[in-house]
Amino acid sequence: MEAHVNTPHAIAPALRVRALQVTRGAHTVLHGVNLDISAGEVCAVMGVSGAGKTTVLRVVAALQPFTAGTITIGDVALTPGALPPESRLRALRQRVGVVFQSHALFEHLTALDNVMLAPIHAHGQSRAEATETATRLLDSLGVLPRAHAYPRQLSGGEAQRVAIARALAPNPQLLLMDEPTSALDPARRAALGESIRTLASQGRGVCIVTHDADFARSVADRVVVLSQGTIVQEGNARELLTATDTGGGESITA
Amino acid sequence: MFRRLFRFLGVATLLSTVWSCTGSPRTPLRWGGDAEGGAPFVEADPTNPSRVRGFDVEIAAMMARDLGRTPQFVQVAWASIAQSVERGDFAIGMSGLEDRPALHERFAVSLPYYEFREVLAVRAADTARFRSLGDLGGRRVATLGATMAWDMLLQAQQTHGLVPVSYDDDVHPYSDLVNGRVDAVLLDHVLAERSLKRVGGFVVQPTALATGHYVAVLAARDTALRDSINATLRARMRDGSLERVFRSWNVWDTAQARYQQQLLASAPARTAAPPRAATTRQSLATYLPALLRAALITLALSLLAMALAVALGIGLASGRVYGPRALRVVLTAYVELIRGTPVLLQLFVLYYGLADVVRLPAFAAAVLGLGLNYAAYESEIYRAALEAIPALQLEAARTLGLSEWQILRFVRGPQALRLALAPMTNDFVALLKDSSLVSVITVVELTKQTAIYATNAGSWAVPGTLCALVYLAMSLPLARMARHLEQRWKHT
Repeated sequence: MEAHVNTPHAIAPALRVRALQVTRGAHTVLHGVNLDISAGEVCAVMGVSGAGKTTVLRVVAALQPFTAGTITIGDVALTPGALPPESRLRALRQRVGVVFQSHALFEHLTALDNVMLAPIHAHGQSRAEATETATRLLDSLGVLPRAHAYPRQLSGGEAQRVAIARALAPNPQLLLMDEPTSALDPARRAALGESIRTLASQGRGVCIVTHDADFARSVADRVVVLSQGTIVQEGNARELLTATDTGGGESITA
Repeated sequence: MFRRLFRFLGVATLLSTVWSCTGSPRTPLRWGGDAEGGAPFVEADPTNPSRVRGFDVEIAAMMARDLGRTPQFVQVAWASIAQSVERGDFAIGMSGLEDRPALHERFAVSLPYYEFREVLAVRAADTARFRSLGDLGGRRVATLGATMAWDMLLQAQQTHGLVPVSYDDDVHPYSDLVNGRVDAVLLDHVLAERSLKRVGGFVVQPTALATGHYVAVLAARDTALRDSINATLRARMRDGSLERVFRSWNVWDTAQARYQQQLLASAPARTAAPPRAATTRQSLATYLPALLRAALITLALSLLAMALAVALGIGLASGRVYGPRALRVVLTAYVELIRGTPVLLQLFVLYYGLADVVRLPAFAAAVLGLGLNYAAYESEIYRAALEAIPALQLEAARTLGLSEWQILRFVRGPQALRLALAPMTNDFVALLKDSSLVSVITVVELTKQTAIYATNAGSWAVPGTLCALVYLAMSLPLARMARHLEQRWKHT
């Protein structure tokens, strides 16, 4: 497990993962993964189904425990072993936003209320403050006209943008996205790419788990390719994906 | 004791006849009574519980003998004897049946074969101060529902302000008198003296507050049969065999001798018709306010019990979903115990069984009993609803920094509530009707009041229809409201 140190950026990384190991029963899911994402950087984690991409994301989001290694998000560190109680994860929760593949919007709340829930109840914002932030976020993502719609009334693309706004409301320094293009048509994919670039340019680290090579090439600065729980390739998105496209691209993206 | 329980068992007994024809070619004379009423009227023979004995049993045997037929006993709940006669389940109904004006309107009624006295039973310490109903203003006075004594208490409620308490059996009024739940019992002297022997610990006032008579009822079409059993009754009074029967059951006294002499001296045609029966309109006017009051009791009882069930149910469900293993085991055991036993039994245990430990007022026991019972069912609905919320919703809430409690309150709970609404409405409608069971612990709610009305009116047609309408008026708007909410939630 050779360390892939890649620190072209001067600033402290938004995410720093070292020798991450995850076992489930007798099965080892991740074998010593190293991953750094700097502030302002978009990193795509790629690989075939079962390679361990989503596990990386879930472990970093503290939804799943890990066996060994270290994870640091800004000034917050996660330790191996059972997940700590939510009360001790508050700092982490504020620093990491997650956008799920199926969006997981709260079905009983409007788009606006979905975005406002955490700022009011978890981060102590006033209703006025939370409304202002939520309105701004929905507007910047182009879904403000749908603020009072319920999730089931939203299209796939709208639901995703509301989910992004919800994840951004606590102003996290790291945004994790699981398969963000899975339900989007090409036009929406391009728009999403732009949104992600904008989010990164505001100084966030963005980690995209995807097997969409075209999308990764157009959006990501860097690509990490996982296979059977190990990083097998890593590098500049344009170079690496162009190279693999000519070579064995299917083996990565299948 | 468990009168209602026995009523269920009674269905089986109803079908089996206790006195078989033993292959006789003669048609049996079917007569109905309630062996649960017990001695001296009709009781299961202790030496052979498949046979009955009692003075009513012996009188039925006399009637059958004179008709050259074999008596055949049919078990039926006491309050339903007249209705069963009308249905044709048996020819003669007889089991300490009180003569009432309404009976004469719809039935052929025998001549009154026994005169009873309504007497007041009080605790020994109250012998001097509670001598009549007038002395019992503001006090709780117990009796059997749907009897002459019950009507007397209702009247005394108007005139003296006493509180009538209705029971379904004649044992618990006296035990509740002894343990202080009621201050007096008004019932006929036969029942009072029987309980004095069995329960003891109280005094029967010597003065009769009223007199009444036991009769046999027959269907209106059976006047010929009625006339022949009247002839039998007169003949047996004359030859002293009726006296011997009453003596053997210790219910003979000088008052009875005087009554028989009077009866025999009067013209044979006289069937001692009691005062004129009230018309349907009159009885409707009397009972409608009582029915509406009872409906309010049903509604209040159901709402309070449901509120308790929902609150407890949420607690039980949360404990079973979030609690540590030991707590989950305890809560699961509670739910299974409650669901696995009849609510009727739970009410009896709560009200009578625990009377030595905690003496709950009847209404409180009813709310608690139904609430504790329904809480078990509600908790299962909530648990299933909580568990039906996708794990991803909870994970999404977690990544936003909400605590487990906040997730339950803002994300999981509200979504589960939407899933639980339909089954909850269903349960409330069921509870509204199950609340009729609490009449066994002396709460007079809508069904009980209807039964009392029906007994007095001698028919279920009007009271039953009214009762059904009132239940529907309570349950339909509720179902409508729930459907409306569901629709609203579905479209949002």
